[in-house]
Amino acid sequence: MEDMIFYDRLQFAFTITFHYIFPQLTMGLSLMIVYFKYRYLRNKIEKYNDAAKFFMKIFAINFTMGVVTGIPLEFQFGTNWAKFSELTGGIIGQTLAMEGMFSFFLESSFLALFIFGEKLMGQKLHLLTGFLVFLGSWASGWFILATNAWMQHPVGYEILDNGKFVLQNFSALFSNPWLLPAFLHNQLASVVTSSFVVASIGAFYVLRNKQTEYGQLFLKTGVIFGLVSSILVAFPTGDWNAKNVAKYQPAAFAAMEGIFETEEAGAEIVLVGQPNMVEKKLDNKIAVPNILSFLTHQEWDRQIPGMDQFKQEELPDNIPALYYSYHIMVGLGTIFICLMALAAFLLWRKKLYVAKPLLWAIMFIVPFPYIANLTGWYTAELGRQPYLVYGLLRTTEGVSPSVSSGNTLFTLLGFVALYMLLGLLFLVLVGKTINEGPKHQTH
Amino acid sequence: METFWFIAISIVLVIFFILDGYDFGAGIIHLFFAKTEKDKEVITKSAGLFWDSNEVWLVAAGGMLFMAFPTFYASVFSGFYLPLIIVLWLIIFRAIGLELRGQFKFQMWKDIWDKSFGLSSLLLALFFGIALGNIVRGVNLGGVENGESAYEGHYFFLPLWDSSFSPLSKTPGIIDWFTIIIGLIAVVTLAIHGANWIILKTNSSINSYLKNIIFKLNISLAVLTIISLAVWNMVNPNSFNNFGHKPYLLIFPCIYLAGLIGLFFIKKLKKDIHAFTLSTLLIVGGITSSLASLFPVILPSVNTIHEPLTIYNTSASEYGLSVAMNWALIGFILLIIYAIVQKRLMAGKIDHMDYGH
Repeated sequence: MEDMIFYDRLQFAFTITFHYIFPQLTMGLSLMIVYFKYRYLRNKIEKYNDAAKFFMKIFAINFTMGVVTGIPLEFQFGTNWAKFSELTGGIIGQTLAMEGMFSFFLESSFLALFIFGEKLMGQKLHLLTGFLVFLGSWASGWFILATNAWMQHPVGYEILDNGKFVLQNFSALFSNPWLLPAFLHNQLASVVTSSFVVASIGAFYVLRNKQTEYGQLFLKTGVIFGLVSSILVAFPTGDWNAKNVAKYQPAAFAAMEGIFETEEAGAEIVLVGQPNMVEKKLDNKIAVPNILSFLTHQEWDRQIPGMDQFKQEELPDNIPALYYSYHIMVGLGTIFICLMALAAFLLWRKKLYVAKPLLWAIMFIVPFPYIANLTGWYTAELGRQPYLVYGLLRTTEGVSPSVSSGNTLFTLLGFVALYMLLGLLFLVLVGKTINEGPKHQTH
Repeated sequence: METFWFIAISIVLVIFFILDGYDFGAGIIHLFFAKTEKDKEVITKSAGLFWDSNEVWLVAAGGMLFMAFPTFYASVFSGFYLPLIIVLWLIIFRAIGLELRGQFKFQMWKDIWDKSFGLSSLLLALFFGIALGNIVRGVNLGGVENGESAYEGHYFFLPLWDSSFSPLSKTPGIIDWFTIIIGLIAVVTLAIHGANWIILKTNSSINSYLKNIIFKLNISLAVLTIISLAVWNMVNPNSFNNFGHKPYLLIFPCIYLAGLIGLFFIKKLKKDIHAFTLSTLLIVGGITSSLASLFPVILPSVNTIHEPLTIYNTSASEYGLSVAMNWALIGFILLIIYAIVQKRLMAGKIDHMDYGH
């Protein structure tokens, strides 16, 4: 049984991590594509249209990867987490089915039209299809996060004697206080990823001295989108989410922030430190007193419960992983704001395109927004442990009763091998597209 | 309410098999009958332009099943664990085969992804047929061994095959001679459907030759159908009771029969769309007849200890089902609008369209 849960968790973590690389880019990129297309309609400068079409190619590759790696996730609820599906399907099935029906359909139907239909439709309709793709991809995020929000903070349910969760109030699923902050934070984070990708490709063209005109356009757009979104990710949305965790999952909050012992006169904020699980303290700690209390409750001396206030079985089961995920996310977020602020300053002084060291930095930072997004997702998910439905259904109670660990291990290895192949092909394709660069086509 | 959702999900599934069915079929035709580079390219394109907007129907069906019949979803998905995961891998191979083929020009690259597309289409059609075969045959619910249940009543785990390879065994596996017959029916049906699609959407040089192929495939389909009817009753003795009690259900087998007979006249048909409609009838009739023969059971039990799964003992709450009906109706209207817009804009032969992104 232990093995079973371990392999099931590992399989889900692995497949969702790999999957999430793709939608986090497409959600943000769809917004930027609509922007490029809109600018083209306004000012009729062809390079904006070329930019929209170029990024649509990158979008399409990511979208395909997202679809093929997303279908297994829906299946895995049933294959690996059958008990969880049986007990909660009446509720999270609603949001998952809506995702399929309302957003995935919208995105896939209009993506093909956006890619192949420019000549058929005229420019305004083409912008509209681009906008519908954007709408579909953001609606997808909305429904998926509604599902996750219910697992983090269950609402609108009743539990029957047989343990089944039954829906009591449909609209509560969407007015869940967990949902809106999580959604905005997540979407803005995906805009951060896409702006960094756009800026990075721009920096590559400028540094290589080819396609410089496009390079400068991408850099400018990427830096402006990147600065705005990376600030908004931290404040107000990141802050708002942290307050929600403190309010609804105090045990997870204590673990995230690395508070082992409750301080009566206000909690310090930990900047650096390594959780020491044996002695229950942080090693090599650098912390600023009272800031955490202020950030969370706007009171300098407000007490925040530490991990000592909770029973062992209520605490997340992997505290160091949770702590590091959270701190990596916050640390990277801070670096992003600084980097983009500097780039924006140089852009304003018209020196960005010749600031070589900064361009190199922008070009190579591209994996880090992905890491920040993934560690953010891990923070939410590890914080929810040891529960599948917070406070109500333990992870150990959710696995498939009839599937043995050998099967799960076998399929896990299969997914690892297959996804390594996919990852390799993905890099080859994206590399090829970037190398070819945007093309100006005359119609 | 349960019946509404049973019908709604059946419709979505049938639409999935009609739509994705043609690109599965195109893959099978591609594997066996495409000779020249031009044919291969055109056939890939006829599937590649549409597969992702077709596959969303599978996702929708999965989501709706999860929501409306969570116990069934949990039971079947964990019970058919291995074949379902293999299906997922095949779906991935098929999709990347379609998407990657045109990315590089050298021959070996194209050959790899052609085979990936063709073989995974063939195996998927076979697996989907085998899955249907398992559903009509029933499974050993609760994993009963020597009169004792190994799991809760509605859980089970099927091995890929049982040593006897027989559907009449007390612990049948996923693959036995009965489910293989159903699997072959699925392969042949989708191959016919795919060939009709290629004829409809392209000006490929093999189109006239494909009509001969369809004729031959149709003969084998008729033979397989007769064999399957003969053994169906043996495998699940209650198979045809529903049709006796509710004669109006006979409309479904008649739809299948109409498609089967019509396709013998393939060479004389004036319009390509007529042939495509006939193979669509095959799919509609085949799936609905199987489901109608079971209704309200959705998974029969081959042991006497556990009750079969029905739409009543596996469904979500009444409130959940009714609230979902409201949004699903809005959703359906939207889907129909999307489908019409998309199909109208991409109507006609597709040979001239650019493909490969």
